[in-house]
Amino acid sequence: MDAAGTLAEVLKGEGPRVLATLARTIGDLAVAEDALSEATITALDRWPRTGIPDDPRAWLAVVARRKALDLLRRESARAAKETAAFRWGTGAAPDQIEEAIEAMEPETSLRDDMLRLIFTCCHPALSREAQVALALRTLARLEVPAIARAFLVPEATMAKRLVRARAKIAAARIPYAIPADAELPGRLAAVLAVVYLIATEAHAPTGGHAVARAGLEAEALRLARLLASLMPGEPEVLSLLALLLLTSARTPARTGADGNPVTLAGQDRARWNRAAIAEGSAWLSEAVARSGGVAGHYQIQAHLAAAHSTAPSWQETDWDRIVGLYDLLGSITASPVVALNRAVAVTERDGPEAGLAALKTIAGLEHSHLWHAALADNLCRLGRTSDAAGELHAAVTLAPSEAEQRLLQGRLRKVRSEPG
Amino acid sequence: MALYVALCYYDRDQSWEDVPDPESSPEYTQFARRAGVMRGGEALYPVTMSTTITVSGGKGGDVLVTDGPYAEAKEVLAGYFLLEAADLDEAIAWAAQIPAAWRGKIELRPVAPAHA
Repeated sequence: MDAAGTLAEVLKGEGPRVLATLARTIGDLAVAEDALSEATITALDRWPRTGIPDDPRAWLAVVARRKALDLLRRESARAAKETAAFRWGTGAAPDQIEEAIEAMEPETSLRDDMLRLIFTCCHPALSREAQVALALRTLARLEVPAIARAFLVPEATMAKRLVRARAKIAAARIPYAIPADAELPGRLAAVLAVVYLIATEAHAPTGGHAVARAGLEAEALRLARLLASLMPGEPEVLSLLALLLLTSARTPARTGADGNPVTLAGQDRARWNRAAIAEGSAWLSEAVARSGGVAGHYQIQAHLAAAHSTAPSWQETDWDRIVGLYDLLGSITASPVVALNRAVAVTERDGPEAGLAALKTIAGLEHSHLWHAALADNLCRLGRTSDAAGELHAAVTLAPSEAEQRLLQGRLRKVRSEPG
Repeated sequence: MALYVALCYYDRDQSWEDVPDPESSPEYTQFARRAGVMRGGEALYPVTMSTTITVSGGKGGDVLVTDGPYAEAKEVLAGYFLLEAADLDEAIAWAAQIPAAWRGKIELRPVAPAHA
């Protein structure tokens, strides 16, 4: 990694930690964010000349708190009353805050501060969209343009979304706190959902900037690792990390030489990242050991990903196990998408007749290209090529991205060339 | 501490008097008042009693009076409470104990600080 890359990594790694503690001590997330941004700019200007300091976190913390105090002084001079009303806690004066910062031991409460920051960004009083935007900006330190590109919205829209989210945190007084034990399972589920959403967005075939999306996968993985380091006893946290590792291991094989997407069945398994699969499997074992026999949503998904990642080929996959895992997943969260994936596994286990029957029982996927493509696959195997062509035609029309359309059109041409 | 208004919404054709429920809003009021959370609140007559007023063309313009609520919504405002809490989580915990929370829905809104 070059100097600029190392610098960016340090800022990304240490930034959220500095922010988490600063937000607690000054009691205002928006001011803390602005202060950290200014400190980051100073670092980017100075570090290439002076070298990265021995303790970059301490350096950033000192500069950021100085910036924060400047910001607060300027603000309090302007509108003392208003800012005090919008501040967590008692709305302490800048000088009192300075004393509090001097008295604090930075390392002891860092873990709690990080958890506070995470649970605040993923508070259920914020919309899921806002939670995701905040997680990427605040926890992953992604710049606004990068987040906007990844989610295919104009930069101004994403900036406004973040401003609105921060304003709600302040005005509604969303607390900078770790949830009480009784609320923790629900609140943790929201945090995991945000990270999962970032990861699925990275793989979603809805078009968009390829590089931005690859970046999202790395950010989701980084966030999952962070959560696992902060909450090593939570089986679903470890399961999510396992799932993301096992899924991202397939990313190199997911795009063909022609730039088109390659489905799991056709992927060159030699291109899968074996180290990521091994690490994911290890985290999954750890999650199983800690879950006390009750598999959560992410654990089942991680088992599914592991079953695929460890199979020598599509044909030699343990389809019986996969159907069983989808049954289990469906019993926790019944959804048409789970049913669709189950039906695909049924085809492989029991043949196209059974697969077709399973697909036809699913309601609500009439507008999904994946459902029509799966129907076509079964019809094709049964030799009903003209029916298959009809389904593929529907799938092409419904496909959300050009890449998927190309993939399906290729299949359609192949089906039409076969004798029916 | 911060102030929140808990707006209580019910289905249009349901009012809190005709729900047979042993837990009533007056009991909640007493409970919350003793805890120092309750700062006020009232029940409202059903929307069949409400009147909507608009003044056209700015202040001092024609007063337009119509029968019924402003919005033809499925859910209607049935009453409100004014709660004082340290933060949103505490306010949510209190709002969740208002009978309207299970009979209907509650919207929790922070009260904006007065601009003196």
